[in-house]
Amino acid sequence: MNEYAAVLIFLFVGIGVVLFTFFLARLVRPSNPYKAKNQNYECAEPPIGSGWIQFNNRFYIFALIFVVFDVEAIFLFPWAVAFGQLGLYALIEMIIFIVILLFGLFYAWKKGVLKWV
Amino acid sequence: MELANIFKYLYQSLANSGLPQVWVDIIALVAAGLIVFGVLAVIALFLVWWERKVSAHIQQRFGPMRTGWHGVLQTIADAIKLIQKEDITPTNVDRPVFYWAPIIAFVAAFLAYIAIPFGKGLIVSDLNIGILFIIAITTFTIISLLMAGWGSNNKYALLGGMRSAAQVVSYEVPMVVSILPIILFAGTLSMVEIVEAQAKIYQWFIFRVPFGPIAFIIYIIAGTAETNRTPFDLPEAEQELVAGFNVEYSGMKFAMFFLAEFVNMFTVCAIATTLFLGGWQGPFLPSWVWFLGKTLVLVFLLMWFRWTYPRLRVDQLMEFSWKFLVPLSFANLIIAGFMKHSKWFNW
Repeated sequence: MNEYAAVLIFLFVGIGVVLFTFFLARLVRPSNPYKAKNQNYECAEPPIGSGWIQFNNRFYIFALIFVVFDVEAIFLFPWAVAFGQLGLYALIEMIIFIVILLFGLFYAWKKGVLKWV
Repeated sequence: MELANIFKYLYQSLANSGLPQVWVDIIALVAAGLIVFGVLAVIALFLVWWERKVSAHIQQRFGPMRTGWHGVLQTIADAIKLIQKEDITPTNVDRPVFYWAPIIAFVAAFLAYIAIPFGKGLIVSDLNIGILFIIAITTFTIISLLMAGWGSNNKYALLGGMRSAAQVVSYEVPMVVSILPIILFAGTLSMVEIVEAQAKIYQWFIFRVPFGPIAFIIYIIAGTAETNRTPFDLPEAEQELVAGFNVEYSGMKFAMFFLAEFVNMFTVCAIATTLFLGGWQGPFLPSWVWFLGKTLVLVFLLMWFRWTYPRLRVDQLMEFSWKFLVPLSFANLIIAGFMKHSKWFNW
């Protein structure tokens, strides 16, 4: 059997165990919902407007930089595994690759986008 | 006594029972999944109690004392309490997203244990991409945080979820890059082979100066941030965000987030043990005792951090990752590359 079959079976076991616990809890827990209880929490006051608000966050900048570096990491993994056979040439090449991307990070840094405000 | 022999014996007797091979494997894997779940539940119960005791003694208190010997049964009582609690789902939440967030949080933490070797031969499936798989699957936690934050339809939860996601994303990069020198030297992604590359104590990656200790420190810092623990616990800051993304959760759904958090903490320490501290290797005692002992020492280290350092500000937190840890971890990788190439460490 494929060794990755474990991943699929563990996925089902994990979801199944959690759903079973939820089911078990449903048998023993009380259920007494009413309007005030089912309101969203907002400092004990009725919430003002929807919780789905627009707010200025810097999330997308960090997400973009993260994607760049995560893709780079994916390239680095096979390089690291095969490093023993590759030799100096691959090392220099990878250093150039890393420096190019780090240069991008320093550009973003100097641009001031790494500030979380 | 090696636990692996018991499991081998059980598997053999199952294989001799005359069932088709496919069914034998499926039954064995389901049983393995249930065993791993049981072990994780016990570990999480123990860690919650331990954390309370450690925090209490650091603050010169006693902590839980009444339930059992020094309060060991306290978390079991808590679990029984949580299962009896009413499960409140506010009316205007996004129901499917709200419902599935805790499930994904737990399953993402649980799946990592396929490839973590608890002892010699005590691994569910020795995937040949082991460490890459674990890193990839534990990152799914971000999705559950965002789902919980968005699905709750609550401003605190949304802010907390967004902050958690930004933090986890930022510390993912130094974490991944800090383990690359280990892969470079071990020449494999398989967790078992990485442990086998550290047979002698001087071969442990933490002792291979200079890159080993640096990588270990970066990994522990990033791991603390990944699991949203103090001093990086801004997403759950009680004082400003009333616990962040899990504000609206109660009952078993809250318990699942709580369980996932402690399982994630144990995962981070188990990976650190495997990569840097020689995994299950050690004299005299059975291998799983060594693994558990080393991991619990690291868990204690994280608890110690929590009760020693004050919380960082959110901008300091992001800058520390991008302006310090990321360049440092890449420099460390390049140093390790030169060391491997010049064959300084051929032991």
